[in-house]
Formats: sequence, structure tokens, C-alpha cells
Amino acid sequence: MILERIEERLPGAILEHHAFRGDDTLLVAPERIPQVAEALFEEGFQLLVDVTAVDWPERDPRFDVVYHFLNLASQARLRVKTRVNEGETVPTLTGRYRNADWAEREVFDLFGIPFEGHPNLERLLMWKDFPGHPLRKDFPLDGGDVFCNDVGASYAGDARTLNP
Amino acid sequence: MTATPTQLERDGDRMIVNLGPSHPATHGTLRLVLELEGEVVRKATPEIGYLHRGVEKLGEHLSYHQFIPLTDRLNYCSSLMNNVGYTLAVEKLLGIQDPARSQVIRVLVSELARIGDHIICVGINAVDLGAYTAFLYLFKERETLYDLFEMAAGQRLHTSFTRIGGLMRDLPDTFLPLLEQFLESMPRTLDEMEKLLTRNPIWYDRTRGVGKITPEDAINWGYTGPCLRAAGVPQDLRKAQPYLGYETYDFDIPVGTSGDVYDRYLVRAEEMRQSLRIVRQCVDRLKELGPGPILIEDYKVALPPKEKVYTRMESLIHHFKLVMHGIDMPVGEVYSATEAANGELGYYLVSDGGKSPYRIHVRPPCFPIFNSFDEQVRGGLIADALAVMGAMNVIAGELDR
Repeated sequence: MILERIEERLPGAILEHHAFRGDDTLLVAPERIPQVAEALFEEGFQLLVDVTAVDWPERDPRFDVVYHFLNLASQARLRVKTRVNEGETVPTLTGRYRNADWAEREVFDLFGIPFEGHPNLERLLMWKDFPGHPLRKDFPLDGGDVFCNDVGASYAGDARTLNP
Repeated sequence: MTATPTQLERDGDRMIVNLGPSHPATHGTLRLVLELEGEVVRKATPEIGYLHRGVEKLGEHLSYHQFIPLTDRLNYCSSLMNNVGYTLAVEKLLGIQDPARSQVIRVLVSELARIGDHIICVGINAVDLGAYTAFLYLFKERETLYDLFEMAAGQRLHTSFTRIGGLMRDLPDTFLPLLEQFLESMPRTLDEMEKLLTRNPIWYDRTRGVGKITPEDAINWGYTGPCLRAAGVPQDLRKAQPYLGYETYDFDIPVGTSGDVYDRYLVRAEEMRQSLRIVRQCVDRLKELGPGPILIEDYKVALPPKEKVYTRMESLIHHFKLVMHGIDMPVGEVYSATEAANGELGYYLVSDGGKSPYRIHVRPPCFPIFNSFDEQVRGGLIADALAVMGAMNVIAGELDR
């Protein structure tokens, strides 16, 4: 139902949709995220539950950015996904949903996906000059501590360039 | 309390106060950088991440069962609820349901954990504002709670009580008698606590109007749980999106009006009473149900009983397959949320069919709430900042993961 209404308002915005175990998922192009969020907000999905990401290193585009919305009136949940590649940006939702602030900072911190228009895009959980983005699949589990092993040192050397 | 204009006009005379990372009032390792003008907070910058242990990264390298002990360490004040929430997420991914008796026990321990969490939140909030007695009365009850947890799970804090498809074990015979004692004494303690705090003029003055928030703002900030309900939004996942058969229990959802620290306290106090009601119903149901399985008998998901492993070839194979290769997971992604003590605790699981989750993400309830800290305390006094902080119930373990 919500699908048709969004499709009607924003033709072509939904690239793909599926439902698994009762969870509805929409796939949207990154540049249309603010429009879709705005439409969802007006449809009653006023609580942004969460923003996170998934890394698929072999796939092109590499990252899924995942948003979870909740409609407090109907108690419906909706997952909106968008796909971006290394270095591409996603428009921020901080203008509409204020808790997108930290959530997007966390994604930037742990995955290195920048959010365009974010008022204060800095690392949240890791410290400022931390090398690399820990939740990427190519980041070693031991944390890539330069003092621990050679693998970590080489990774950290590469990663610094990703995080100017 | 608001600042006088003379204080507001003074510029260039700000003092930076570093609260934390280890400060008695921060309840865990988190740091607040407060910009003060006299005693008035002009800007508060929370610095988080001091307790970041990379739980999500670790989860990608552990099997689905091995992640359960890590969930204990998210909200360590109510670890049983994290266990329940996580196993429900995995069960949703698998499309299975645990046995009836296990569901009742899960509800029972969740509600006990909720009482325990609220005891800590209310008790410590009162201590921060100088009211020590209520804290001592409440913590006496908390000891009984932890004795109960120890009986059930063998551990006081890091319970790891649930298993995918059920529970680690059934409640011991000594559990229900002690629970009866608790059910008898806890309402009295709550009465005592309310006598000490609810009409206490100092407590009232210190908390009324502090950290006020409108329902619209609370929703926009992503508030859930007691903080959202204190603002007047009757959102409780136990009623709104029932799981574990919560729709069959009789309980009410307390709602506040102004969202301030006082209302959050009142909501939590009433929630403890409502949880006691649910626990009472659970006890009755357990007696009605009688003994029964507490783990599903699908040996591709749950370990077969030890007697069978030692005596039957097939069970031995199941045991071996489950330990070495893990559960045969479907490919897909689920988001499952439960109403934890602090609000909506969500687990987002992405499975590629492997032994470990491809991605596991925890949505901690206090994360978006703490995000609004600056707005909540700006323009107030530094002492009020600590009141707000306590009422938000920020638990560094789940905040930083």
C-alpha cells in the first residue's frame, strides 16, 4: 500500500522491493533518499529507528546504506536501502530526522561512507586519527593495530589515505 | 531554572568543564564537554566511544550462538532482555518459535530485568540529586533480583540465559519460592520509594521542568521507551507489536505529559508495578503449564540433550554438525525489535547462509536519546545536566557497543 503511494508520488524512485519474514524493503537510488524520506515522513513514518550499512566488497556498488523507519500510528515498519560505491556520498537526513546526526556519523566512522550536507561529519565511536573503517570486510578482526602485526601495519598505511 | 540576562550577555567568559570519561555521575565511561557560563550550560558535547568493543565486528566472526554472551555486555543492567531480544531476532530469521513454557519464562525474566534496570535508573538518578535513601531501599531488592538471575542462569550479570529456540535450562525448584518473596516485598519497597521521592519538595523542584520535551521533538529525535512515554506518546512494543504472547497479559502503559525528568521517574515507577503484575501472571501460567520442553526439538537448530548424544548415533551427528558447521541459515535480512527497559532494542541481521551472520547490527535504545543531550541541557544549570543524564539512562555498554 505504502509502496503504491510512494510510487505514485515519486515515479521511478523505487528500484526494487521485496519482503522477507514480514520485513518490507525498498531499494532507492542514493540521490532520491531525501525525497523518499520526505514522502515517508508525510505518510506517517516519522520515527527514524536506525541508520546502518552493510559492506559487500565483491559487489558493485559496494555498500548498502540501510534505514529503518517506524510508523507510530499504524505500527508499520519499512526498510529503505540504497547502494553506493567507495567514495560516493549519500545525502543526509539530518534536516528531517534529527537523530540521523549520530547515526550517520556512526556509519561514516565505521564504514567510511560520507553523508553530504551533514552539519558535523566526524568520527563518533573511534578516535579522530584512527586508521581505516573497522566494519569494512577487509578490515582485520584484530583491529589492524600497527604495533601488533605486519598485516595491520600495511592495512593501516593504506587506510590513512581513505580518511583524509 | 533559567539564567538571568546578565549572565546571558556575558560573552567570552566561558569555562570548559570535562565531565568524564570516568566520573561518578556518568555511569560508565562516557565523556561530556560542557561549555559553561557561570553555572549555565551553553553547549554540551557528548564524546562517546570509550566503551566501544567492536561487538558488531566480532559478531561477524562468531556463530549465531556464540553471539549470545556478547549481548549480555550491551545493556549490562538488564542483560536478560538483550538475550531475549537477540534470540528472537535469530528465530525470526529462521522462522521458528520457541515452546510455550520457554515463552512464559522469557517474559518472566524480561520483566524482572526491566524492574532491575528501572531500579538502577531511578536509584542512581536520585543519588545524583542527593537522595541516598531511596537508592538503598531499591538496591536491597535488586540483590534479590540478582539472586533470582543467578538461580536461573548461574550468573548474576552476564546471564546468557536464552538459546536459539528456547532457553539454556528450566527454572530450578528454588526459583519460584524466592520469587514469591520478591513479589511480596517489592511493592512495599516501591511504596517506600514513592513516599521518599514522589512528593518530596526537593526532588520535585530538582526534576520538574528539567529536560522537558514535546512529543513531536521526542519522535523526531528517535526517542523510544520510558523517555518517549513520559513525553506523552503511548508507544510500547509489548502492546503495539506484541511478541512472546505479550498480547495475552494484562498490563497498562503509563504515559507522562511533559517529558521532563519527573515524568520519566513517574513512568518508570509505574512500569515497575506493571512489570510486577506481568510477573505474577507468569507465575500463575507456569504453574498451569506444568513441566514441559524449554527448547525446541529441532536438532538442526538446538543441541540435542546430552543423554541422546551419548547413546544415539543420529543425535551425535546432529551435535557435531551443529557445533562444527552451525545452523543452516536462510539467506536474507531481518530487523527484530523488542521493548527493552530503555526503549526499542533492535537487532538487524543479514545472513548469507553461512555459519556466522554476514552483518549484525544492534540498535541501542539510548543512542538516539543521548544524541539529543545538548538540546536537552542547553540553557540549564550544570546540576540539571546530571539530572537529565540520569533520567536518560545512558548505558555506555549498549551506547558504544
